[in-house]
Amino acid sequence: MALTPPENPHWWREPLHRMEIGWITIAFLWGLFMFGVMVYWHINGEQNLSNEAYRVNPDVYGEKVEAFAEKYTVRTEGKTEIPVVKPPPGSDIYMLGRLWEWWPILELQKDQTYRLHLSSMDWQHGFSLQPTNINLQVHPKYEMVVTLKPTKSGEFGVVCNEFCGIGHHTMLGKIYVVDK
Amino acid sequence: MIAKEKFRVCPDTGFKVFDTTEKLIKINAVVAVVFLAVGGLFGLLVALTRWPAVHLLPADLFYLVLTAHGADVLLFWIVFFEVAVLYFAGSVLLNVRLAAPRWAWAAFILMLVGAVMANVAVLQGESSVMFTSYVPMRVAPHFYLGLILFAVGALVAMFVFFGTLVIAKEEKTYEGSVPLVTFGAIVAAIIAVYTIASGAIILIPTLLWSLDLVADIDSVMYKLVWWGMGHSSQQINMATQVSIWYCIAAMVLGAKPLSEKVSRGAFLLYIVFLQLASAHHLLVEPGISSEWKVFNTSYALYLAVLGSMIHGMSIPGAVECAQRRRGFNEGMFGWLRKAPWGNPAFSGMALSVVLFGILGGITGVVLGAEQLNIIMHNTLYVPGHFHGTVVAGTTLAFMAITYLVVPLIFRREIIWPKVAQWQPYLFGLGVTGISLFMMGAGTLGVSRRHWDMAFTDAPLNFDVPPAAFLMMGLNGISAVIASIGGIMFILVIVGTILFGKKRGEDACRTNPVILPGGGATVMAAGSEGTLKLPGTIALVSVFFAAFVLYYFVNWKYLSEVWPLS
Amino acid sequence: MTEHLNSGDGKSGDSNGGPENGEQRIHAMQSLLDNPFLLLFIGVAVPTVLYTVWGVMEVVQVPIGQ
Repeated sequence: MALTPPENPHWWREPLHRMEIGWITIAFLWGLFMFGVMVYWHINGEQNLSNEAYRVNPDVYGEKVEAFAEKYTVRTEGKTEIPVVKPPPGSDIYMLGRLWEWWPILELQKDQTYRLHLSSMDWQHGFSLQPTNINLQVHPKYEMVVTLKPTKSGEFGVVCNEFCGIGHHTMLGKIYVVDK
Repeated sequence: MIAKEKFRVCPDTGFKVFDTTEKLIKINAVVAVVFLAVGGLFGLLVALTRWPAVHLLPADLFYLVLTAHGADVLLFWIVFFEVAVLYFAGSVLLNVRLAAPRWAWAAFILMLVGAVMANVAVLQGESSVMFTSYVPMRVAPHFYLGLILFAVGALVAMFVFFGTLVIAKEEKTYEGSVPLVTFGAIVAAIIAVYTIASGAIILIPTLLWSLDLVADIDSVMYKLVWWGMGHSSQQINMATQVSIWYCIAAMVLGAKPLSEKVSRGAFLLYIVFLQLASAHHLLVEPGISSEWKVFNTSYALYLAVLGSMIHGMSIPGAVECAQRRRGFNEGMFGWLRKAPWGNPAFSGMALSVVLFGILGGITGVVLGAEQLNIIMHNTLYVPGHFHGTVVAGTTLAFMAITYLVVPLIFRREIIWPKVAQWQPYLFGLGVTGISLFMMGAGTLGVSRRHWDMAFTDAPLNFDVPPAAFLMMGLNGISAVIASIGGIMFILVIVGTILFGKKRGEDACRTNPVILPGGGATVMAAGSEGTLKLPGTIALVSVFFAAFVLYYFVNWKYLSEVWPLS
Repeated sequence: MTEHLNSGDGKSGDSNGGPENGEQRIHAMQSLLDNPFLLLFIGVAVPTVLYTVWGVMEVVQVPIGQ
């Protein structure tokens, strides 16, 4: 039994039961299949991460985002007057995370593709776009680039879902998607 | 130290129990239970704060308590208990004295000092950074130091265990191969060595950084190595809990593994591949390629999942086989109906197997698929999943074996057997709720580690779907139920150790905890040509169907998300 | 496999092997599984190479942005 040494000194040479062989085969093939699904999705699926990332100095990144916001700001919003930025479709768009805001607010067009750049000014943050439920980890000193295409219009929240200190639960950003 | 060490022969099992082993098992198990009680209380406070209608604690205390909850139950409760299990599987099952008992005591003291130090650091309020303490958030240096001391102590305990194996082999206290339960413990100890080494590699420079002796810790590098510890430590639990499943099935029902070859082969898959799943935490990280992510997150072609699925068949198979040989042969599930559901060791084990497989196992594979992680990362789905593995799986399994450890090692009769009988069900029900409702809220996008899902103080506003508020209320209720189950466990165990009736020499006949003379009626047969096991085939088929269905449902969800590339 | 469930009769720990198999060589896989230190080496080396070292190489190779 399981509490005493195996009685057969050659337990490895024991034949397997049909049920065991069957289940092991099914489980093994299912594992191969699930591995294949991830590879398949990279080829034919529409939701993949690019792996495009760069090392970046937070100050340099901050300047880039500010220049971007200055160029395309259309209005401001909220108690803290966050700029709402409307970049042209197909362009590189920027957002930064810092204690405790996502900056700036983006206004995108439905069914257009954008290259979204993300980085943090200080600690790690979690970019959680809701309710569509896209979640990305945002690190300081790393600039991540994701190509995305909003397929629904409306107002989307960017929640921070990586703990970043006492104001973490007030860290909220926004992305508007307009029909054109 | 000395070859002639004192031991007694256990009247129930016939194993030699050495004095030092017994003391060390007791002290590690008792301290483990204390951390379970403390950490469990913190957990209840977390759930009551996340229950929107209650919202118990202010934000700073919430984050403090959440940090303490993670460290106390995920690390201290579980590792102290695992050390007790290793000493049992090494010394008791192999009938040998423990190697280097002084080192075993040193290990215990280091672990205790470390655990208390980390708790003090958190309770002082300067280390509310979550259990993961991601850089570049800064923490009081004694938080890291506490974790390092704890890890060093645990490493010493691992080597006491390995030393015990060497002595047993040299002194030939067993013949052939070690028992399966001991083998499972070896697997746990091996994973623990990698775990603790990863922890040391990252926490020591981080400690120096917190003292301004090191300029910078790269945040992605920190996460990479930290999860080599953080996730692998949960793989130690896997190996230990599977071992305990086999152990309880053997003690309560006299079940033997269907095939030593199959069970040990599955454990070998754990040794080689299980630790790769640390990648589950890095799937939406910048700077790491999809090749690395896909290979590691799948445990190399899901070979460790294969191992778990094999155990998932072997355990019910062994139980069915044992029951049928004892004559419970009606129909497909007669053996299951006639199982000792009133014995908390058995019911706890059975619930642990089922809940771990379905709530923890299936969801873990889904969560760990590279692209599916995009719709789940850092949402409440993640704690929903690991409360299925670590609480419903590991904690319930550890509670179940405690109902055998107390009469056999502490030699006390369980007081309030009725309370003990209901405890696993209540705890299992509560944890099932916690796991399901958190996963539900996570699917609706609610963030983990977050004080206010209503964003009352935020400069902007965002409305979480109302269903998510309902889920968090139900999660709170489930946490209360689980806490009642937890308190029942603590009361019965502590009460028994302090006030339980001493278990006499003849108790193995009058009030057996182990199946009496279970072997007598068993016919001799290997796994080939044994009884047919239709019940097990039906159970694994249902499990597999649920697995496949749930897997595809989630890819369907993903396909509806904004295209990303 | 000839076996009794002997948890109740105090014989645990010194079971007898089937004599008819006594002459055979121990299978290589069984010797591997009976060697905890070889398993320890495998269990530490494999994740160290595939997870840690490969992962560190990935992180080190992230290019510097403009």
